[in-house]
Amino acid sequence: MAASDAHSGASIRHAFGNVLGFFILLLIGVLAFSIRLFSVIKYESVIHEFDPYFNYRVTQFLTKNGIYDFWNWFDDRTWYPLGRVIGGTVYPGLTLTAGTLWWMLNSLNIPLSVETVCVFTAPIFSAFASWATYLLTKEVKGTGAGLTAAVLLAMVNFSSSFVPSYISRSVAGSYDNEAVAIFALIFTFYLYIKTLNTGSLFYATLNSIAYFYMVCSWGGYTFIINLIPMHVLLCIVTGRYSSRLYIAYAPLVVLGTLLASLVPVVGFNAVMTSEHFASFLVFIIIHVVALVYYIKGILSPKMFKVALALVVSAGLAVCCAMVAVLIALVASSPTKGWSGRSLSLLDPTYASKYIPIIASVSEHQPPTWPSYFMDINVLAFLVPAGIIACFSPLSDASSFVVLYIVTSVYFSGVMVRLMLVLAPAACILSGIALSQAFDVFTRSIKLQLPSVSGQSNVDAGEASSGNVVPNDPVKTDKNEDTSKERTSKKSKKKEKEHVEKPVSKSQIKKRLLVLPLETSIIAIILLVLLGAFYVVHSVWAAAEAYSAPSIVLTSHSHDGLHVFDDFREAYAWLSHNTEIDDKVASWWDYGYQTTAMANRTVIVDNNTWNNTHIATVGTAMSSPEKAAWEIFHSLDVKYVLVVFGGLVGYPSDDINKFLWMVRIGGGVFPHIKEPDYLRDGQYRIDSMATPTMLNCLMYKLSYYRFVETDGKAFDRVRRTEIGKKYFKLTHFEEVFTTHHWMVRIYKLKPPKNRIRGKIKKSKSVQNKLENKLEKKRTKKEPLLV
Amino acid sequence: MKMRSIPFLLFLFPILFTFPFLPSPVLSASDLILAKVDRRVSLLGFRSLSLFFTSHCHSFKLHCQGFRFSFQFQNQPGSDLRIRIDLTSQIVRITTSLKVENTGSDVVSEILLSFPENQANHLAYLKATLSEGKGKVKPSAGAGLPVEVVHPKDLPPALTIYSVSLPKGLGKGDSLTLVVLAVLTHTLQPFPEKINQGDIQLLLFQESAQYLSPYAVKVQSLTVKLPDARIESYTKLENAKLQGSELKYGPYENLPPFSYLPIVIHFENNQPFAVAKELVREIEISHWGNVQITEHYDIIHAGAQSKGEFSRLDYQTRPYLRGASAFRRLVARLPPRAHSVYYRDEIGNISTSSLWGDSKKTELEIEPRYPMFGGWKTAFTIGYGLPLRDYLFGSEGKRFLNITFGAPINQLVIDTLFIKVVLPEGSKDISVSAPFPVKQWQETKLSHLDIGGRPVVVLEKNNVVPEHNEHFQVYYKFNSLSMLREPLMLISGFFFLFIACIVYTHADISISKSSASYLAKLQWDEVQATVQQVHSIISRCLTAHDKLETSLYDLSRSGDIQACKATRKSVDSSLKELSKELKLPLAFLQSSPQAAQILPKVEELVAKERELQDKLLAKHTTVVDCYEKKLGGREIENRIAPQQQKINALKQEIDDLMDVIDEI
Repeated sequence: MAASDAHSGASIRHAFGNVLGFFILLLIGVLAFSIRLFSVIKYESVIHEFDPYFNYRVTQFLTKNGIYDFWNWFDDRTWYPLGRVIGGTVYPGLTLTAGTLWWMLNSLNIPLSVETVCVFTAPIFSAFASWATYLLTKEVKGTGAGLTAAVLLAMVNFSSSFVPSYISRSVAGSYDNEAVAIFALIFTFYLYIKTLNTGSLFYATLNSIAYFYMVCSWGGYTFIINLIPMHVLLCIVTGRYSSRLYIAYAPLVVLGTLLASLVPVVGFNAVMTSEHFASFLVFIIIHVVALVYYIKGILSPKMFKVALALVVSAGLAVCCAMVAVLIALVASSPTKGWSGRSLSLLDPTYASKYIPIIASVSEHQPPTWPSYFMDINVLAFLVPAGIIACFSPLSDASSFVVLYIVTSVYFSGVMVRLMLVLAPAACILSGIALSQAFDVFTRSIKLQLPSVSGQSNVDAGEASSGNVVPNDPVKTDKNEDTSKERTSKKSKKKEKEHVEKPVSKSQIKKRLLVLPLETSIIAIILLVLLGAFYVVHSVWAAAEAYSAPSIVLTSHSHDGLHVFDDFREAYAWLSHNTEIDDKVASWWDYGYQTTAMANRTVIVDNNTWNNTHIATVGTAMSSPEKAAWEIFHSLDVKYVLVVFGGLVGYPSDDINKFLWMVRIGGGVFPHIKEPDYLRDGQYRIDSMATPTMLNCLMYKLSYYRFVETDGKAFDRVRRTEIGKKYFKLTHFEEVFTTHHWMVRIYKLKPPKNRIRGKIKKSKSVQNKLENKLEKKRTKKEPLLV
Repeated sequence: MKMRSIPFLLFLFPILFTFPFLPSPVLSASDLILAKVDRRVSLLGFRSLSLFFTSHCHSFKLHCQGFRFSFQFQNQPGSDLRIRIDLTSQIVRITTSLKVENTGSDVVSEILLSFPENQANHLAYLKATLSEGKGKVKPSAGAGLPVEVVHPKDLPPALTIYSVSLPKGLGKGDSLTLVVLAVLTHTLQPFPEKINQGDIQLLLFQESAQYLSPYAVKVQSLTVKLPDARIESYTKLENAKLQGSELKYGPYENLPPFSYLPIVIHFENNQPFAVAKELVREIEISHWGNVQITEHYDIIHAGAQSKGEFSRLDYQTRPYLRGASAFRRLVARLPPRAHSVYYRDEIGNISTSSLWGDSKKTELEIEPRYPMFGGWKTAFTIGYGLPLRDYLFGSEGKRFLNITFGAPINQLVIDTLFIKVVLPEGSKDISVSAPFPVKQWQETKLSHLDIGGRPVVVLEKNNVVPEHNEHFQVYYKFNSLSMLREPLMLISGFFFLFIACIVYTHADISISKSSASYLAKLQWDEVQATVQQVHSIISRCLTAHDKLETSLYDLSRSGDIQACKATRKSVDSSLKELSKELKLPLAFLQSSPQAAQILPKVEELVAKERELQDKLLAKHTTVVDCYEKKLGGREIENRIAPQQQKINALKQEIDDLMDVIDEI
């Protein structure tokens, strides 16, 4: 009886831990999903920003035309007149994921629109990502089942579902590659560690497939294919080579590279660009090492030494030769085989020096310290603690996490955008740190609280009988317990000590880790406060900072909420009131939105693949009206769209971006010179501005008739009165301006006849005369009697 | 000047050309006319109609609220006919009230109404009602008389003839008052056709000042109600009068059949010319208590086209001057208790709308994304839910939906209206009853969790005006039990999912039952079970130890040696039993190769436990002995102190070992 009781107690305990863990996972998933719905609740279920609109449009095409048409899609509505091969230049992971989701839902007769599916893809995958983070952490710290695991799980998931920098990229509607890529990244790492821990080929294969999914999803896959070789190299150098390491790495390189080259956008890049060379090099090294280990196994130590000397000298020579050839090959290409974005990772100043188009994107700038605090908040302080926890003891897996955090901190320091890669690493480490800390404190309390009660108990006994029965204080309160209670109590205690167990098994060590009671209570309270502060900050960030869809803006004034929906107003106008084949020119930021929302052909868009074309538009915007008209006319442009924030104070408008247009345009067409637009190195649009500036198209289109709004032409963004107030447009005419003037659309006037001037004047006179005459006539007599 | 008048002339050509072909009766003698009319009637092939017009008892009267015009059929003194044309909106509403008197001898059961081609093409709605009292009846009130198109052979195709069937024949000398409402769309032509942003919108309307009818008219008059704005010009006939915004023609007396007097009015009208090129109304019935209505509008400003620049500045500073012809908002009157209203287009929600409601109606004011100038288009969707009980009724075992036909937006002309009534899955015997002829067919629609799809009744009608907002009914049979189908599907789906999970966790799905790894796994399971067993036995041993300790504690308090000894005995026996029990699993573990790794730990545990047991028993004996010898507390303590230390150390070690084993 008692035996079965104890047995069932243990299994119930296990089941309880599992069920609790399952519910924590479920709730965390729900939490991760729902914290990202602020944008839907505060605004609406709509696709955000710029790139997501392109992804949405591609998904629409995919769901409408099927996968084969998608691979062969040549988009003639963008980069006019060049067009763009979408199927071969896009990372298809996100699109295929959302398309599959949509297809599945529709085949179950759940008629959700493509847009809805796209909007909610990111939150769904962030739930997956937080689960994957948990799995990775579990593999790293190698805990068993039960409550301790549940605590760890809660901590990791808690931090990963809340981390603001990930929220910023995965709120509902932020339908971008990163939304699924972060999940793919973590899951690939998890499978790598899992393979490393188990040495199972099954997981190695899964790992390659996960890597394939990552390659499909995001260009950031190069992070994986460089980080894992780095870790393998680290393991080899530190003498941690094992067959598990080989199984974890070799299949990934072979299968992964094969699979990666199946993705059209990667193709032969998978074996031809420098980003992938590290993996091949390590692939060779690991084979050499494997061979060495093998030979070491079959030879006697003495023979082995001889052989080693022989092989090392020969091998070094061969290696040197190969490296030399490799370097020569790589060096012969102009960018040294690295793509621009990757180069700017290695040399943060590269982009701003050589590629203005990359530097012009704000998310490619290095982050500031406040943005670190904004994006990872308290995690930044917990990470070092997590790193220390990873070193006790250092395993293959924990060394991977340390390497991961170190590299991602470096990369996030280069580009704001890569803060996203840092987020999961920070979550894992701070989750480990938190759960360790909680563990130590709760155990300290647990060990000391009973001692207080037990002591008083003993004192009482002493007073009554004068007899002392020396008892272990912990046991004292257990004496009355039945066998079942005993087991369950013990189990609870055991669970609490679980994590600490691998670290220290002996009693002495345990005692050493116990902290004073008061200290631990205060520390726990502080930790809870820290967590609460983190939650408050993250919820605030999710609700206020990162939920704005950026196509709808709101402002709170004394008379309530004011909505600025100008972008969609303009796009809707274009879509309904222009011809289907009209070409719209705008700065490239608005290209994706114009094609997706207005369904009009654009000249350039956010896929900045052709610098010359963008430079042409930049040149047109920086040229005087007539020259600009000629450029646009040669591109068959009918409408020009500019974004102007001067009336309502919308700062990211075209005037603020204008210097980039000048720079990019001047990079290709030397007659555009940046100094012409600057007065003493300062960018200004007031009366001190240069004549070139005041006569360029962008200035004119932005400020056309602006002076008539308030009489002074005060620009609320630049906080100054503009330089040139009264001017007329000769080659363009205003056809639409939105409610808050944020988007202004101009039409190119048709080319005029050669003879102008006199005839035009006389015509207008004639018209006037006619009008007058007509009026007279109508007054005199009705037209028809 | 010439240039400008040409469009007018062109415009009138069809009308002018129409009339020479009309048979023109000779108007000199009354009996001749009579014969003429008589002949025409018979030629027209009206089987039962024989309207005889006699000079003394034949009259048509027309009443219109407050406005009186007299049309006179030539040979019917005393009869009168009043026409009122409302041009205040884009929809032309012609209300004709005719007093009809049968002057012939036969009973008349049909009355003919004629429309020239240009009107007939744009005729959206025609309703004839009998006015019972003294006139002044709103044309919309009451049930209309059946009206149908007839194609008389001897009339030129330029005239479209509608025949109104009277409820009972009109006997000789009887008279009745008939109110006819004709609603025309797209008849107001903007002139000039293209205007600038600042221009006002001018419209042309052309009509006949005299009532075009196959019958002779005695007295007739015409009033045209114009909007309160400038009137550019109008055809100035002798008896034309302009009073404020009302233009009056007539009275004309003793008009022969088919008399026609063209007039043209050129006036300003800045009313919204909102025309829905296509409107798809989807009405989805859910028997869970909701009627969901989704309306997809495709709207165009059908007035004068806008040309040249659109300046937001001008529009914002002087909206009524520099954007007079544009409209910026539309008002939809939704049914009361409408809920979950939304207003969006394909790129998202449109925030410029407001909603208010009371018990009688819900009013939704929507602004398109941009002001609608002439020729500008937009498209949007309105959706709302309605309580089912207001619209679904049952009769004779059938259910029927009773809901309005047209769009809720005021003064909207709809070129093509599709109504899709989505009935619940499993509806049968579907039939539609509409107050006017519509094209209809059926489709199926797959929606939430459907298997066979929901039957959809599609109704199509062209040229719909607000007058069409009448109720129509869709009858169908539906079994209430079918409602439970989808919940049951969901429940069973989850049920099977859980069953599958249970089966998966309990079933052994290894492919190879004889492989080494599988066998090893089985053995390992067995070893684990055995280790668990050992674990539980040891923990029971520990419980027994606890009992011993308790008894000692009790002893120290109460000094009851006998009870302590009794406990000792029972614990001894239970410990013996336990050590027996322990033998079997230990033997198994020793024999199993899989357990080789764990065995040392287990054996260590067992040994430690035995040691602890011995020490405890020894301690117990010592303490009891001491009590029996009545030794002091301090002495006892001294004696057992070395033992106690060892016991504590052992306990800790055992605890650790237990944890280790538990983890296996």
